[in-house]
Amino acid sequence: MKLNLKVWRQKNGQAKGGFETHQVVADEHMSFLEMLDVLNQDLIIGGKEPLAFEHDCREGICGACSMVINGRPHGPNKGTTACQLHMRSFKDGDTIHIEPFRAASFPVIRDLVVDRSAFDRIIESGGYVSVNTGQAQDANAIPVEKNQAGESFDAATCIGCGACVAACPNASAMLFVSAKVSHLALLPQGQVEHENRVQSMVTQMDKEGFGACSNTYACEAECPKEISIENIARLNRSYLGASLSSK
Amino acid sequence: MILEGKVPPGALDEKWTKYRSTMPLVAPNNKRRIEIIVVGTGLAGASAAATLGELGYKVKCFTFHDSPRRAHSIAAQGGINAAKNYQNDGDSVYRLFYDTIKGGDYRSREGNVHRLAEASREIIDQCVAQGVPFAREYGGLLANRSFGGVQVSRTFYARGQTGQQLLLGAYQALERQISLGSVTMYNRHEMLDLVTIDGKARGIIARNLLTGKLERHAAHSVVMATGGYGNVYYLSTNAMGCNVSAGWRAVKRGALMANPCYTQIHPTCIPVSGEYQSKLTLMSESLRNDGRVWVPKKKEDVERIREGKLSPVDIAEEDRDYYLERRYPAFGNLVPRDVASRAAKKATDDGFGVNKTGLAVYLDFEAAFERYGKSEAHSSGVHNPDAATVRKMGQKVVEAKYGNLFEMYEKITGENPYETPMKIYPAVHYTMGGIWVDYNLETNIPGLFALGELNFSDHGANRLGASALMQGLADGYFVIPYTIGSFLSKEIRTPAISTDDPAFAAAEEDTRNRIDQLLAVQGKQTVDQFHRRLGLIMWEYCGMSRNATGLQEGRKQIQELRAEFYQDVRVPGSTMEFNPELEKALRVADFMELGEMMMEDALNREESCGGHFREEYQSAEGEAKRNDEDFTYVSAWEWKDGDDSVLHKEPLVFENVELKTRSYK
Ligand SMILES: Cc1cc2nc3c(=O)[nH]c(=O)nc-3n(C[C@H](O)[C@H](O)[C@H](O)COP(=O)(O)OP(=O)(O)OC[C@H]3O[C@@H](n4cnc5c(N)ncnc54)[C@H](O)[C@@H]3O)c2cc1C
Ligand code: SF4
Ligand code: FES
Repeated sequence: MKLNLKVWRQKNGQAKGGFETHQVVADEHMSFLEMLDVLNQDLIIGGKEPLAFEHDCREGICGACSMVINGRPHGPNKGTTACQLHMRSFKDGDTIHIEPFRAASFPVIRDLVVDRSAFDRIIESGGYVSVNTGQAQDANAIPVEKNQAGESFDAATCIGCGACVAACPNASAMLFVSAKVSHLALLPQGQVEHENRVQSMVTQMDKEGFGACSNTYACEAECPKEISIENIARLNRSYLGASLSSK
Repeated sequence: MILEGKVPPGALDEKWTKYRSTMPLVAPNNKRRIEIIVVGTGLAGASAAATLGELGYKVKCFTFHDSPRRAHSIAAQGGINAAKNYQNDGDSVYRLFYDTIKGGDYRSREGNVHRLAEASREIIDQCVAQGVPFAREYGGLLANRSFGGVQVSRTFYARGQTGQQLLLGAYQALERQISLGSVTMYNRHEMLDLVTIDGKARGIIARNLLTGKLERHAAHSVVMATGGYGNVYYLSTNAMGCNVSAGWRAVKRGALMANPCYTQIHPTCIPVSGEYQSKLTLMSESLRNDGRVWVPKKKEDVERIREGKLSPVDIAEEDRDYYLERRYPAFGNLVPRDVASRAAKKATDDGFGVNKTGLAVYLDFEAAFERYGKSEAHSSGVHNPDAATVRKMGQKVVEAKYGNLFEMYEKITGENPYETPMKIYPAVHYTMGGIWVDYNLETNIPGLFALGELNFSDHGANRLGASALMQGLADGYFVIPYTIGSFLSKEIRTPAISTDDPAFAAAEEDTRNRIDQLLAVQGKQTVDQFHRRLGLIMWEYCGMSRNATGLQEGRKQIQELRAEFYQDVRVPGSTMEFNPELEKALRVADFMELGEMMMEDALNREESCGGHFREEYQSAEGEAKRNDEDFTYVSAWEWKDGDDSVLHKEPLVFENVELKTRSYK
């Protein structure tokens, strides 16, 4: 299949970027990133700079890949990261637009690569249980109700990709933050620090310049791990509770 | 060189406890002054950095990823072993120890493996306390599943995403230490050289991947946890960025590489679909609990399948060869990985491969649909159900168990595995070989430690499923925090190491020269083209089966490829910028040297054991023939530029288990 690519090129954070057009011949069994590999091989042989994009596991779990494909973070398929998207989702002759995740808190590094270190700093502010190695009791000492553990797991499957931010008109990071808050809040081990955690993570999120949540649900629709918007509601309830009870 | 394993004396089950309680310690006031560099933030590195930080050391932690959470450990699927015996099925530390030694085909150190089995229990406690959401039973207690090669249920799991959940636990512990100021994190920094002063590891040269600047970082000690080198084969189940460079740079500075030829080829991966293929995807081992592996018995059926004129579902039962069940009636489809992979290779070598390239076999769930469907119908009170109903009900059960894997398969291949059998083929998955370390996880360079998949320590010639996660976390949480004291307790008077030492300048200069050399070539072939060619040579001559002639030929071909690389590679861009192609070029250059050493190691080991199968050493039925008399040792190789590597041997002593032939018949 022959494809027309309109890809975003930007030398660095300061430079002004723009779209560049390229033709690529692809195979329907290729993954989307393998199609970009083909483009890059052509560019290098042709003496040009390859397109920079982030990727690693190529199976939807590391959260590295991050691009907006035809206006949608991670492309057209529901619950699918860009690296899991295959070319059979496109047709011969299609024009495909490829851009970086866009958000003030995710500055562009090069082409499609953006800086998502703000997410690390949010976790650093409180997204953990304070337990040192060796302090733990026997793992079966505290039973956790099966469905509750399952719900916690569902929230914990967030891969930290940032598509929720890219999808949100306000570039809010609420889905990401609430997923971590829920993961820990739903387990007894995480409850002790729950209120403080909510306060500090939300404060850090604001400090990083992410926008406010106005319930557009765009994040949930684009999240490749289908993290539920329920988590945001849960966070809001805790945040309110935590604010009221804070001294 | 005399290689001392340093396994402490005494009874097997007391070694670690005694050693740990008598080991020299570093006092808290001294810890605050002592600096440690940890390279890598996978399970091994993140757990080590966090724990060393908690203990009060000054830790600097490095990863080439944009965040510690992206380390390849994130992709592990199936689970993590621990001798908790929560199922009351007769598991124990000793049994886990024994299974690991046997599974590794008697090529690992007893003392290390026993310690690993002991630590396994504390790991689960620690992870649960951190909030790792493991699977649970209705009563709220932890659930377990079984894995290949064992007869108890000791694998803890978080659906098909165990590695992700464990890594997030370690990552969060690490972030907590970062917030407390005990760990300084350097993301997007790649270690490109090791700095030794007076023979001791004292720092690294790292390239800031955003700016391209070469940075000097000094410390009293260096801990590397940089993962496995399966990507030397280009195609593997590893993430694209996995590489050997940190370890290989240490080898170039004198560290030894142990058993580099022990590679694990996983039997159930999605086959290669075309030349553009960039990586392979694992279909978890757990599928072999319910899937049956087969190829057609008749060549004409194979032909018609390849031409697309026949569908596998139309092949009659008696025309199918369930070759694992036929050859290994006792274990059937659940033989260990190395055995299953070789059997698949034999079937396709004999011309029975079922896709266009002839490199695929079927993994069929039809029998499981029927079996589960019948019992489901029975238990829900449906009498005399028709075949279609049974099948539907059975599919529901299979979906509940493996739904995410079936979905992943369909996403990649475009075929629905509920309707047609999966096509699978073996692929490179894990490297048992790695940097040589003693019982303290210290390399032969004092002050340099290696953890996780990077070291060679615990899995012998074959790793059992769900044991890599266990080893990574044991090394990081429960071993290195103690054993690093054996070195650091002697360093309490050593002032902060200065990066002005000439050794830093020299290493930086070396690194700059390597980069400049690659950029200067400006040839006609891309880095990926070379990497793919290297992979093909490795797969052909040092893959699932090896022989002396092939290994010599393979080594020669790599040498030629390497020469061509330095004459014709094209690395675009410059050094002082974000340049992923340059990063790849440096890694591929190191892979080529490693590949050569793997061929040498495979050639030297004139026996078949675990993942290493030498065609010359097999029984009449094609089973592996070990040679305990001559090869019960660890091969530790010293690299010599432009010459043969030098072999050092560490004899393996078995005081507690008797060496036996593994039989799964
Ligand atoms: C698909 C798949 C599924 C698996 N499933 C299981 C399973 O179910 N159970 C099991 O037990 N095992 C499993 N394994 C094996 C297991 O995941 C790995 O062996 C293990 O996670 C390795 O952990 P590690 O910490 O040693 O290295 P990694 O997780 O690979 O981490 C390496 C780290 O080092 C860093 N690094 C590397 N080089 C440099 C450098 N030069 N400079 C700076 N940083 C560097 C990387 O950035 C990264 O942070 C699986 C493996 C694969 C491929
Ligand atoms: S919530 Fe979803 S979209 Fe947002 S970072 Fe997590 S996985 Fe990505
Ligand atoms: S590359 Fe890992 S999620 Fe896409």
